[in-house]
Amino acid sequence: MNSKRTLLAAGLSAAVLATLVGCGKKEEPKKEAAAPAPAAAPAKPDPLKIAFAYVGPVGDGGWTFAHDNGRKAVEKEFGDKVKTSFVENVPESADAERVMRDLASQGNKLIFGTTFGYMEPMLKVAGDNKGIKFEHATGYKSAENLRTYDSRTYEGAYLAGVIAGKMTKSNTLGVVGSIPIPEVIRNINSYTMGAQSVNPKIKTKVVWVGEWFNPAKETEAATALINGGADVLLQNTDSKAVLQTAEKMGKRAFGWDSDMTAYGPKAHLGSAVINWGPYYIKATREALEGKWATGATWWGVKEGAIDMVNVAEDVPADIKAKVDELKAGLKSGSFHPWTGPIVGQDGKEVLAKGVVADDKFLGGVKFYVKGVEGKVPGDK
Amino acid sequence: MNEIALLLGATFNAGTVLAIAALGLLINEKAGIVNLGAEGLMLCAAIAGFAVAVHTGNDWIAFAAGIGAGALLAAVFGVMVIWLNTNQYATGLALSLFGAGLSAFVGVSYVQEKLTPRVDYAVPFLSDIPLIGVAFFKQHPLVYFAVLLMFGIVYFLFKTRAGLVLRSVGESPESAHALGYPVRRIRMLAVIFGGAMCGLAGAYLSVIYTPLWVQGMVAGKGWIALALTTFATWRPARVLLGAYLFGGVTMVQLALQSRGVAVSEQLLSMTPYIATIVVLALISRNPAWIRVNMPQSLGKPFYPGA
Repeated sequence: MNSKRTLLAAGLSAAVLATLVGCGKKEEPKKEAAAPAPAAAPAKPDPLKIAFAYVGPVGDGGWTFAHDNGRKAVEKEFGDKVKTSFVENVPESADAERVMRDLASQGNKLIFGTTFGYMEPMLKVAGDNKGIKFEHATGYKSAENLRTYDSRTYEGAYLAGVIAGKMTKSNTLGVVGSIPIPEVIRNINSYTMGAQSVNPKIKTKVVWVGEWFNPAKETEAATALINGGADVLLQNTDSKAVLQTAEKMGKRAFGWDSDMTAYGPKAHLGSAVINWGPYYIKATREALEGKWATGATWWGVKEGAIDMVNVAEDVPADIKAKVDELKAGLKSGSFHPWTGPIVGQDGKEVLAKGVVADDKFLGGVKFYVKGVEGKVPGDK
Repeated sequence: MNEIALLLGATFNAGTVLAIAALGLLINEKAGIVNLGAEGLMLCAAIAGFAVAVHTGNDWIAFAAGIGAGALLAAVFGVMVIWLNTNQYATGLALSLFGAGLSAFVGVSYVQEKLTPRVDYAVPFLSDIPLIGVAFFKQHPLVYFAVLLMFGIVYFLFKTRAGLVLRSVGESPESAHALGYPVRRIRMLAVIFGGAMCGLAGAYLSVIYTPLWVQGMVAGKGWIALALTTFATWRPARVLLGAYLFGGVTMVQLALQSRGVAVSEQLLSMTPYIATIVVLALISRNPAWIRVNMPQSLGKPFYPGA
């Protein structure tokens, strides 16, 4: 209600401004107004104020929705020891810096930025606010009070591939890609390798849309893939449009980042989800206990950050068992999707037999593996 | 062959949103009013249509809501530019920004809503013809409506007296006024029609084409529709052609990508714009044609007392 009143008060100018900064800036109701009353209980320390900056709307049903579930997990875990708030639709532009500074000035002591494009703004704001701890998702630059965290989404992509390899009838998979950065290329490769592990005839077609969130374009890309013969789709974009398109055209697809079963009940084969909760709880606990230190975290199935959920009923039992087995392997560390031999598109071996890719190798994947069609955009 | 048929089918579907919006805008431009608020109108109509579709489950009521939202906002715009004589360009821009903000604000709670899958439409018998059926006869009724709308507008503008009056209002409002025509009311009706069609296009986008709601989902289609009317030199058939061309090149570049053609994706994303502009500029390069077709009083205010 608070945000509604502010908007109304600011009137038309706010509506125009809201468009420019991305509308729907929403904060948890501030409780300061009620603060004087409980002053009688001074023993209780002030709650730790935690803020989240999201690139999309909380209701995207994908990437940002998953982050917000993580925020809710923190609230549930720590109760009134913390006070969280969030700002959604913060563009990856100069606005990000303004929002970060705003959050810092509101007394937040722990600030999460949940998209790659906040890297430079966060670095800048962290430099000016040494007393505040910053956490940046998917970035690679850190400082004494800025650290990075990410999830091993390629593990989910590999598990999706295992299911897709069995369920495809045309032996042709399709991926709607966003922006050709290593993370996304790695997921395309992992999806393909997972499928090839159960079906060596697999080919993967890729269409890039050049954006993280553009449902109409994602729909058109999915249509092009299906028209081109692909019958099991995966998307590395943030909306549920690809799954909906598969549902409409009678093909199969996966949910990505969040459980998307409801958006395509017939098409849905499973959702490769990210669970940010465990990391957010860990980071909050460290901040509360004064044990927070800079660094970089990359969590996967092992830490409960990645999972394949709601696998469709018509997926054969042996494949379901295989997915569970792989998950157990990922948990125990006995299985790694990027274990050699891995062969590039040109037939050359990029990873020798038995060698497990280290994180540095994974961070620099700019090639397609054998079975993926086309060329990596920008690759000469 | 079947892939080409599928591509054609997808092309008509992709071009329909642009076609309906641009044909609507053509009418108000023929009456002398430029409505740069098209993008905002389409966004408001998209959320109105989506919300109604979620609550009623009926697409046709949803389209009506989209039309209503578009017409209402266009009427506000019309009152401002026609009766209060505000600057058309500035007012249109303001409307565009306002519409984007308003739709995002109203739509917050609908971002997570979903629509049940639509029934596939198919023209009886004709859709069973191989290739041709896939390309032309398995479309949503509004795809055919866009074609009918084009013919309807051609007939109205060039074969009816009302169309002649509308055009004269766009050419020389003073003369029309001297002849006793209610210039302001005619312009108002044209603006409302333009808004209604933008609204229908917006609702088609959120209810049928994508189908979901997210803020800013029109993603520039309103601006492209505006540009189409100009590049097509206000000829309805060329507007339709331009819209399909844009949709077609969009689908072709995605299809090429899925074939593994190695062209940079940025270059491919540019091609629909370039191709549409080049083709329309080429077929409309005759200056005499442009002079004949461009409404002479486009964008100019009209003061009946003067």
